[in-house]
Amino acid sequence: MLEAIDLACQRGDRLLFAGLGLQVGPATLLHVRGRNGSGKTTLLRALCGLLHADAGQIRWHGEDIRELAEDYRRDLLYFGHLNGIKADLTGLENLQIAATLDQRPVAADALRAALARIGLDGYEDLPTRLLSQGQKKRVALARLILSKAPLWILDEPFTALDTDAVTLLEELIAQHVAGGGLVVLTTHQEVALTRGAIQRLTLDPPAHAAAAGPAEATTSASSAAAGAAVPQ
Amino acid sequence: MFKVFACILTRDLTLALRRRTDVLTTLFFFVIVVSLFPLGVGSERALLKQLGPGVVWVAALLASMLALERLFAADYEDGTLEQLLLTGQPLSLLVLAKVIAHWLLTGLPLVLIAPLMAMQYHLDWGAVWIMLVSLAVGTPVLSLIGAIGAALTLGLRGGGILLSLLILPLYVPVLVYGSGAVAMAAIDLAAVVPYLQLLGAFLLVALVFAPLAAALALRIALE
Repeated sequence: MLEAIDLACQRGDRLLFAGLGLQVGPATLLHVRGRNGSGKTTLLRALCGLLHADAGQIRWHGEDIRELAEDYRRDLLYFGHLNGIKADLTGLENLQIAATLDQRPVAADALRAALARIGLDGYEDLPTRLLSQGQKKRVALARLILSKAPLWILDEPFTALDTDAVTLLEELIAQHVAGGGLVVLTTHQEVALTRGAIQRLTLDPPAHAAAAGPAEATTSASSAAAGAAVPQ
Repeated sequence: MFKVFACILTRDLTLALRRRTDVLTTLFFFVIVVSLFPLGVGSERALLKQLGPGVVWVAALLASMLALERLFAADYEDGTLEQLLLTGQPLSLLVLAKVIAHWLLTGLPLVLIAPLMAMQYHLDWGAVWIMLVSLAVGTPVLSLIGAIGAALTLGLRGGGILLSLLILPLYVPVLVYGSGAVAMAAIDLAAVVPYLQLLGAFLLVALVFAPLAAALALRIALE
């Protein structure tokens, strides 16, 4: 169970959201929506613990993620705007390193199978800098196939992918949720699930949130509250 | 835990071997700076002998400074640093692995080539040996301290200059005792021991605290 209580984040002078609360239980997908610049990535980074929220608390199974620290990170898979793969290493090596860092030794066969499933059969021994943008993204997404982490936080995972890859990724997400996993993702498209619940959260900052002073920022936030998770 | 440490170490070494320019630039910088002095100040034997320890050490310091900027920058740009921060491993351990890899690639070659460089300064064999030992103990300290600065200035524009301003003052003790040891070796070999012991103490302290500090700095830099 991932919970956020009374969360507030600010970027520079700009208040992105305040008083935000959410609860994501097992077998649930939280779809975070919002316009560009509404703070989707900031929220996701805060949920990962990469970013300290200006106020509020984030809990994983009832405990503050900052106290859990490494125990929380072990349960988490984050996929951000940057692919997080090394351009000079091959797809296989990249995946191998990711698996070792998760402390789950995976056999080379399983790694190859994962890459083949994501559509990179025949490309696994090429340095990833020779791959196209979409293929690089596929290498990074191959981690999802191998992952045993219960919580996935995915930031715009569908961009740069072709339709085949999008279908596969949707399948992976649906599978993960059906298996009792949690997924938090931002995307501008609809995601269908076979089993499990979808929650939607729309981040809707006030139209002129670029407040001059911090005092003004607080008032504008309370008048146009950032939004709350609405279970469907 | 050791597996993760070894994984990062081999990863960084493999990456460096596939892109050798970064390693070679540091080494050539060191060689060139050390060789410029005899050309500049003339070939008077006594003068060079006196200048030698200081010049080699200052050049080693600048060379390790030059390489520092790249320590975390590449990982930061492609997002792998973000993933390292989220691995569920103690970050300081990963930082230590990265620093050791960095030293093996930029510090060790420099230590090995230093005796050759010392020949230009007519240092006797005792002094050359002491130079080798003092550099071998001292350059890891430079890498470790430098890692804190590299982490703090990560992602800043003009971070390179700021990095030098931050870190060079902290290098002073290592420089003083390192070049002091070599200078002392020319006078009395027995008197060198306390210098090397102090350098060793620096190394132990830096080994324990620098990865922790750099890990903290990285978390701040990625916010």
